[in-house]
Amino acid sequence: MDEITLDDIIEVLEDVREDIDYEQEKKLIDDGILDSFDILSIISALNEEFDITIPAKDIVPENFNSAEAMLAMVQRLVEED
Amino acid sequence: MKNVLEWLEATSERLPNKTAIADEVSSLTFAELKEHAQAYGTYLADKVAPRQAVAFYLEKSPEVLAAMFGTVYAGGFYSVIDTRHPASRVQAICETLQPALVIADEEHAERAHELFDESPWELVMLEDARAQATDAQALAAVRAQAQDIDPLYAIFTSGSTGTPKGVLVSHRSVLDFVPAFDAAVGITEDDIHGNQAPFDYDASVKDVYSSIRCGSTVQIIPRSYFVKPTQLMDYLADHECTTLVWAVGAMSFVSVMNAFDYRVPTTVNKVLFSGEVMPPKLLRYWMKSLPDARYVNLYGPTETTCNCTYFVVDRPYTDDEQIPIGRPFDNERIILLDEQDHEVTEPMARGEICVAGSTLTMGYLGDAERTAAAYMLNPANPRWPETIYRTGDIGYRNEAGELMYVSRKDNQIKHLGQRIELGDIEAAALRLDGVSQACCIYDTRRGKLRLFYAGDIEKDDLVERLHELLPPYMIPNTTRRLEQMPLTSSGKIDRKGLAEFRRRRAK
Repeated sequence: MDEITLDDIIEVLEDVREDIDYEQEKKLIDDGILDSFDILSIISALNEEFDITIPAKDIVPENFNSAEAMLAMVQRLVEED
Repeated sequence: MKNVLEWLEATSERLPNKTAIADEVSSLTFAELKEHAQAYGTYLADKVAPRQAVAFYLEKSPEVLAAMFGTVYAGGFYSVIDTRHPASRVQAICETLQPALVIADEEHAERAHELFDESPWELVMLEDARAQATDAQALAAVRAQAQDIDPLYAIFTSGSTGTPKGVLVSHRSVLDFVPAFDAAVGITEDDIHGNQAPFDYDASVKDVYSSIRCGSTVQIIPRSYFVKPTQLMDYLADHECTTLVWAVGAMSFVSVMNAFDYRVPTTVNKVLFSGEVMPPKLLRYWMKSLPDARYVNLYGPTETTCNCTYFVVDRPYTDDEQIPIGRPFDNERIILLDEQDHEVTEPMARGEICVAGSTLTMGYLGDAERTAAAYMLNPANPRWPETIYRTGDIGYRNEAGELMYVSRKDNQIKHLGQRIELGDIEAAALRLDGVSQACCIYDTRRGKLRLFYAGDIEKDDLVERLHELLPPYMIPNTTRRLEQMPLTSSGKIDRKGLAEFRRRRAK
């Protein structure tokens, strides 16, 4: 697979909620911008899109507060796979 | 029996020191729950006339349950409002409810003041809604005039015209349903409910009323734990929860988040699920980690008091199979009606699922028209007036006589476990200036709400304005402006055509 980019992550995120500026927002969880349903949808979408399984211990706010944080987590999980 | 408080009183007599309800930070024994409820009831009896509403604008807690029962001690009925609703929706609910009082907690005080200070509804804080001492005489006077047909609670659900519908439920229906439910699924005094359902959903009725009837304990799970899988599993395991009356959506949280890989709450022995169709794959995931638990598929809309049928899962189901919705609870009856309103009795033949019994709720509060359209005399019984509720769901009985769900008759959908009328979203869009046409479809494959509209308003403005009209779970996942809507040959918006529209990134 080609290297996963920030755009790839944002594309997935925009299919869940398109009314958020993912390039600017850095506290998606801490500021309550994403609710629990959004987070569930995002986890499902990331798992499906990148063929990974995000483990329970990685489901913490730090990994979901920004598109960059999600990118870092996804890249790590793809490598570990 | 004619009043649900008789359960609370009997259990607090029998098990005074047992925990009735607890959350992360507080708990009440059955004796305390009753005493607190009577203290709230004494205060409220002065403010609330019998059969009047009290609205609750707060997050659930043991103390909140006491205040809800306090409303019942005062002869009124309660309704819990989802605090995530935008102001316009809270107002629409209150206009229907006409509450004598709105009770809010500290956490939501600021927003409650904004919403209610200029409104016709009196706002009072939870900690102030309680009398110092119980006035037993006043409460006895209230009870003496009470009937089992009095309303107990109202639950608001999405309505196709944009106004939420308030389903009104009587003591009689709950008194009828809860014992049948407890017997069917096997709830006893030894159970600890890991309570997921918010109190504005009737799934919570099963936790709360089974508890005061059987003496089981309700352990409230904090809402935020449903995005924190490790904390959720620790909480269930550490509190030794046995019974999960959960939405299918909540069960999928556990699976998507791979929570059982972290820790399995092995004390869980009953998983009772409802809200939407259970995917066999999801259930197999649960059965693998908790193989000895009893799994029960519960079916039925709020209008039938929680559920009307159940199916105890007997084996793992494969992906191309469907889990039956089973048979009616004791003292309920299912009638399938075909398009000509004739009763369908032969196996495999489809019809609209209609329900008869004491669990039929009272109707939609303040809405005679919509009540008459859904609660009607059984057209298949011309011999005496027998009210049925038309669910709008299509189903059939299989060869074994078990009821199977097929689909909806209308545009009501289940999205993230929430019951939504697509017309509700369309009505919100059409209320905005610059929207001439709107059509919302549900992309079932991806589980996404997709809104299409025609008009001058920019997409971003439209989405922003929708947040003022709709709760978060009803905001479309994608919104797309079209020059004009595709039409069917009869001139209606072509929903199927829109469903096939491939979404392209609007950049």
